[in-house]
Amino acid sequence: MSTGDGVTSYNEEQLGELLSVLPPAPDAWVQAAKELPLALKRLEEIVERAKADESYRRHVVADPETALEQAEVVAHAQNVEIIRRRLDDK
Amino acid sequence: MRVQLTDGQLVARCRAGDQEAWGELVERFSRYVYAIASHAFKLPEHDAEDVFQEVFARAYEHLHKLRDDDAIRPWLAQLTRRLCIDRLRASAHEQPEDSIEPTDVDDAIATLDESMAVHDALAILPDGCRDILDRFFARDESYRTIGDALELPSGTIASRISRCLAKLRLELEGRNPEAAAS
Repeated sequence: MSTGDGVTSYNEEQLGELLSVLPPAPDAWVQAAKELPLALKRLEEIVERAKADESYRRHVVADPETALEQAEVVAHAQNVEIIRRRLDDK
Repeated sequence: MRVQLTDGQLVARCRAGDQEAWGELVERFSRYVYAIASHAFKLPEHDAEDVFQEVFARAYEHLHKLRDDDAIRPWLAQLTRRLCIDRLRASAHEQPEDSIEPTDVDDAIATLDESMAVHDALAILPDGCRDILDRFFARDESYRTIGDALELPSGTIASRISRCLAKLRLELEGRNPEAAAS
Protein backbone atom coordinates (compact mmCIF):
# COMPACT_ATOMS: atom_id res chain seq x y z
CA MET A 1 0.00 0.00 0.00
CA SER A 2 2.72 2.47 0.92
CA THR A 3 5.11 3.45 -1.82
CA GLY A 4 7.84 4.02 0.74
CA ASP A 5 8.09 7.78 0.28
CA GLY A 6 5.04 8.66 2.31
CA VAL A 7 2.82 8.89 -0.75
CA THR A 8 0.08 6.29 -0.68
CA SER A 9 -2.76 5.16 -2.87
CA TYR A 10 -5.42 2.74 -1.69
CA ASN A 11 -8.30 0.89 -3.22
CA GLU A 12 -11.47 0.61 -1.18
CA GLU A 13 -10.73 -2.87 0.09
CA GLN A 14 -7.37 -1.73 1.42
CA LEU A 15 -9.02 1.25 3.09
CA GLY A 16 -11.42 -1.10 4.86
CA GLU A 17 -8.53 -3.27 6.03
CA LEU A 18 -6.65 -0.27 7.35
CA LEU A 19 -9.71 1.02 9.20
CA SER A 20 -10.18 -2.37 10.82
CA VAL A 21 -6.73 -2.53 12.43
CA LEU A 22 -7.54 0.34 14.79
CA PRO A 23 -10.49 -0.78 16.91
CA PRO A 24 -11.39 1.49 19.82
CA ALA A 25 -9.71 0.87 23.15
CA PRO A 26 -12.13 -0.08 25.94
CA ASP A 27 -14.07 3.00 27.09
CA ALA A 28 -12.99 2.61 30.72
CA TRP A 29 -9.30 2.67 29.74
CA VAL A 30 -9.74 5.80 27.67
CA GLN A 31 -11.76 7.52 30.38
CA ALA A 32 -9.12 6.73 33.01
CA ALA A 33 -6.36 8.12 30.78
CA LYS A 34 -8.39 11.28 30.13
CA GLU A 35 -8.88 11.77 33.86
CA LEU A 36 -5.17 11.41 34.52
CA PRO A 37 -4.58 15.12 35.35
CA LEU A 38 -7.35 14.97 37.96
CA ALA A 39 -6.09 11.62 39.27
CA LEU A 40 -2.57 13.00 39.67
CA LYS A 41 -3.95 16.00 41.54
CA ARG A 42 -5.77 13.65 43.91
CA LEU A 43 -2.67 11.48 44.30
CA GLU A 44 -0.80 14.61 45.31
CA GLU A 45 -3.48 15.37 47.89
CA ILE A 46 -3.13 11.84 49.31
CA VAL A 47 0.64 12.27 49.58
CA GLU A 48 0.29 15.66 51.29
CA ARG A 49 -2.22 14.27 53.76
CA ALA A 50 0.00 11.25 54.43
CA LYS A 51 2.93 13.53 55.16
CA ALA A 52 0.88 15.38 57.72
CA ASP A 53 -0.91 12.39 59.27
CA GLU A 54 1.15 9.34 60.22
CA SER A 55 -1.85 7.04 60.83
CA TYR A 56 -3.25 7.92 57.41
CA ARG A 57 0.18 7.28 55.92
CA ARG A 58 0.25 3.80 57.47
CA HIS A 59 -3.21 3.13 56.06
CA VAL A 60 -2.14 4.17 52.56
CA VAL A 61 1.07 2.12 52.68
CA ALA A 62 -0.78 -0.96 53.97
CA ASP A 63 -3.63 -0.77 51.47
CA PRO A 64 -2.99 1.71 48.67
CA GLU A 65 -5.82 0.34 46.51
CA THR A 66 -8.43 1.14 49.15
CA ALA A 67 -6.89 4.54 49.85
CA LEU A 68 -7.07 5.37 46.16
CA GLU A 69 -10.67 4.23 45.87
CA GLN A 70 -11.60 6.30 48.92
CA ALA A 71 -10.09 9.31 47.15
CA GLU A 72 -12.08 8.39 44.01
CA VAL A 73 -8.93 7.56 42.05
CA VAL A 74 -8.94 4.43 39.89
CA ALA A 75 -6.57 1.94 41.54
CA HIS A 76 -4.61 1.06 38.40
CA ALA A 77 -1.19 -0.51 38.89
CA GLN A 78 0.29 2.76 37.63
CA ASN A 79 -1.49 4.84 40.28
CA VAL A 80 -0.57 2.37 43.03
CA GLU A 81 3.05 2.53 41.89
CA ILE A 82 3.03 6.33 41.94
CA ILE A 83 1.63 6.47 45.46
CA ARG A 84 4.11 3.84 46.72
CA ARG A 85 7.02 5.68 45.11
CA ARG A 86 5.97 9.05 46.49
CA LEU A 87 5.53 7.70 50.02
CA ASP A 88 8.88 5.92 49.84
CA ASP A 89 10.43 9.28 49.00
CA LYS A 90 9.24 10.68 52.27
CA MET B 1 -15.73 20.74 7.25
CA ARG B 2 -14.22 19.92 10.62
CA VAL B 3 -10.89 21.52 11.40
CA GLN B 4 -8.61 19.44 13.54
CA LEU B 5 -5.68 20.71 15.54
CA THR B 6 -2.40 19.31 14.30
CA ASP B 7 -0.60 16.91 16.61
CA GLY B 8 1.89 19.66 17.39
CA GLN B 9 -0.82 22.19 18.26
CA LEU B 10 -2.53 19.65 20.48
CA VAL B 11 0.69 18.85 22.33
CA ALA B 12 1.40 22.55 22.85
CA ARG B 13 -2.05 23.03 24.38
CA CYS B 14 -1.58 20.02 26.65
CA ARG B 15 1.74 21.37 27.82
CA ALA B 16 0.04 24.67 28.65
CA GLY B 17 -2.27 22.77 31.00
CA ASP B 18 -5.36 22.61 28.78
CA GLN B 19 -7.23 19.59 30.16
CA GLU B 20 -9.67 19.49 27.27
CA ALA B 21 -6.69 19.20 24.91
CA TRP B 22 -5.33 16.35 27.01
CA GLY B 23 -8.64 14.53 26.61
CA GLU B 24 -8.45 15.05 22.86
CA LEU B 25 -4.88 13.78 22.75
CA VAL B 26 -5.91 10.62 24.60
CA GLU B 27 -8.85 10.20 22.23
CA ARG B 28 -6.62 10.69 19.18
CA PHE B 29 -3.96 8.17 20.18
CA SER B 30 -5.86 5.69 22.36
CA ARG B 31 -6.54 3.28 19.49
CA TYR B 32 -2.92 3.45 18.37
CA VAL B 33 -1.47 2.65 21.79
CA TYR B 34 -4.11 -0.02 22.36
CA ALA B 35 -3.38 -1.67 19.00
CA ILE B 36 0.37 -1.75 19.61
CA ALA B 37 -0.05 -3.37 23.02
CA SER B 38 -2.94 -5.70 22.19
CA HIS B 39 -2.32 -6.60 18.57
CA ALA B 40 1.31 -5.93 17.66
CA PHE B 41 2.60 -7.34 20.96
CA LYS B 42 -0.44 -9.53 21.69
CA LEU B 43 -0.33 -8.75 25.41
CA PRO B 44 -3.05 -10.28 27.57
CA GLU B 45 -5.83 -7.82 28.39
CA HIS B 46 -4.69 -6.95 31.93
CA ASP B 47 -1.09 -6.36 30.81
CA ALA B 48 -2.27 -4.30 27.84
CA GLU B 49 -4.37 -2.17 30.18
CA ASP B 50 -1.43 -1.53 32.51
CA VAL B 51 0.78 -0.60 29.55
CA PHE B 52 -1.96 1.64 28.13
CA GLN B 53 -2.33 3.58 31.39
CA GLU B 54 1.41 3.78 31.92
CA VAL B 55 2.00 5.13 28.42
CA PHE B 56 -0.41 8.00 28.97
CA ALA B 57 0.84 8.63 32.51
CA ARG B 58 4.42 8.89 31.28
CA ALA B 59 3.37 10.95 28.30
CA TYR B 60 1.59 13.40 30.60
CA GLU B 61 4.56 13.55 32.93
CA HIS B 62 7.23 13.91 30.24
CA LEU B 63 5.45 15.90 27.56
CA HIS B 64 7.82 18.82 28.20
CA LYS B 65 10.75 16.62 27.12
CA LEU B 66 9.38 16.11 23.62
CA ARG B 67 11.80 17.88 21.26
CA ASP B 68 9.39 18.11 18.34
CA ASP B 69 5.71 18.46 19.18
CA ASP B 70 4.72 17.03 15.81
CA ALA B 71 6.64 13.85 16.65
CA ILE B 72 4.21 12.82 19.39
CA ARG B 73 3.06 9.72 17.50
CA PRO B 74 6.48 8.06 17.01
CA TRP B 75 7.32 9.07 20.56
CA LEU B 76 4.22 7.30 21.86
CA ALA B 77 4.95 4.29 19.66
CA GLN B 78 8.46 4.01 21.06
CA LEU B 79 7.23 4.44 24.61
CA THR B 80 4.52 1.80 24.15
CA ARG B 81 6.99 -0.56 22.54
CA ARG B 82 9.47 -0.20 25.38
CA LEU B 83 6.82 -0.77 28.04
CA CYS B 84 5.46 -3.82 26.18
CA ILE B 85 8.96 -5.30 26.04
CA ASP B 86 9.40 -4.65 29.78
CA ARG B 87 6.12 -6.43 30.40
CA LEU B 88 7.09 -9.43 28.26
CA ARG B 89 10.51 -9.56 29.86
CA ALA B 90 8.97 -9.65 33.33
CA SER B 91 6.77 -12.59 32.42
CA ALA B 92 9.34 -14.60 30.42
CA HIS B 93 12.31 -15.10 32.71
CA GLU B 94 13.87 -17.99 30.84
CA GLN B 95 13.38 -16.75 27.33
CA PRO B 96 16.44 -15.36 25.51
CA GLU B 97 16.41 -11.56 25.51
CA ASP B 98 16.44 -11.22 21.72
CA SER B 99 13.38 -13.42 21.22
CA ILE B 100 11.09 -11.48 23.53
CA GLU B 101 9.81 -9.02 20.94
CA PRO B 102 7.53 -10.53 18.26
CA THR B 103 9.35 -10.58 14.92
CA ASP B 104 6.66 -8.73 12.99
CA VAL B 105 6.31 -5.73 15.32
CA ASP B 106 7.96 -3.28 12.89
CA ASP B 107 5.56 -4.25 10.12
CA ALA B 108 2.60 -4.14 12.48
CA ILE B 109 3.46 -0.63 13.68
CA ALA B 110 4.05 0.53 10.09
CA THR B 111 0.55 -0.70 9.21
CA LEU B 112 -0.87 1.09 12.25
CA ASP B 113 0.86 4.29 11.12
CA GLU B 114 -0.84 3.96 7.73
CA SER B 115 -4.12 3.31 9.47
CA MET B 116 -3.70 6.45 11.59
CA ALA B 117 -3.29 8.48 8.38
CA VAL B 118 -6.51 6.95 7.05
CA HIS B 119 -8.27 7.73 10.34
CA ASP B 120 -7.04 11.33 10.09
CA ALA B 121 -8.72 11.57 6.70
CA LEU B 122 -11.81 9.86 8.08
CA ALA B 123 -12.10 12.57 10.74
CA ILE B 124 -12.62 15.14 7.98
CA LEU B 125 -15.56 13.30 6.41
CA PRO B 126 -19.17 14.19 7.29
CA ASP B 127 -20.41 12.66 10.56
CA GLY B 128 -22.61 10.10 8.80
CA CYS B 129 -19.72 8.65 6.81
CA ARG B 130 -17.30 8.73 9.71
CA ASP B 131 -19.72 6.92 11.95
CA ILE B 132 -20.79 4.23 9.52
CA LEU B 133 -17.23 3.37 8.42
CA ASP B 134 -15.94 3.30 11.97
CA ARG B 135 -18.80 1.10 13.13
CA PHE B 136 -18.48 -1.36 10.27
CA PHE B 137 -14.70 -1.70 9.99
CA ALA B 138 -13.17 -0.69 13.32
CA ARG B 139 -15.98 -1.75 15.66
CA ASP B 140 -16.94 -4.78 13.55
CA GLU B 141 -20.67 -4.07 13.91
CA SER B 142 -23.22 -5.88 11.74
CA TYR B 143 -25.46 -4.11 9.20
CA ARG B 144 -28.36 -4.67 11.56
CA THR B 145 -26.60 -3.12 14.57
CA ILE B 146 -25.49 -0.17 12.49
CA GLY B 147 -28.96 0.26 11.04
CA ASP B 148 -30.53 0.23 14.51
CA ALA B 149 -27.97 2.66 15.93
CA LEU B 150 -28.13 5.13 13.07
CA GLU B 151 -31.83 4.61 12.33
CA LEU B 152 -31.11 3.52 8.77
CA PRO B 153 -32.70 0.63 6.85
CA SER B 154 -30.13 -2.20 7.06
CA GLY B 155 -30.58 -2.82 3.32
CA THR B 156 -28.98 0.57 2.59
CA ILE B 157 -25.90 0.11 4.78
CA ALA B 158 -23.72 -1.67 2.20
CA SER B 159 -24.25 1.01 -0.44
CA ARG B 160 -23.63 3.78 2.09
CA ILE B 161 -20.39 2.11 3.16
CA SER B 162 -19.32 1.88 -0.46
CA ARG B 163 -20.10 5.56 -1.10
CA CYS B 164 -18.31 6.62 2.09
CA LEU B 165 -15.23 4.56 1.19
CA ALA B 166 -15.16 6.35 -2.16
CA LYS B 167 -15.31 9.72 -0.35
CA LEU B 168 -12.53 8.61 1.97
CA ARG B 169 -10.43 7.59 -0.99
CA LEU B 170 -10.99 10.97 -2.63
CA GLU B 171 -10.04 12.74 0.59
CA LEU B 172 -6.79 10.77 0.78
CA GLU B 173 -6.02 11.34 -2.88
CA GLY B 174 -6.60 15.06 -2.35
CA ARG B 175 -3.88 14.93 0.26
CA ASN B 176 -1.55 12.93 -2.01
CA PRO B 177 -2.21 14.06 -5.59
CA GLU B 178 0.89 12.27 -6.92
CA ALA B 179 -0.43 8.95 -5.67
CA ALA B 180 -3.84 9.68 -7.19
CA ALA B 181 -2.21 10.25 -10.58
CA SER B 182 -0.17 7.04 -10.45
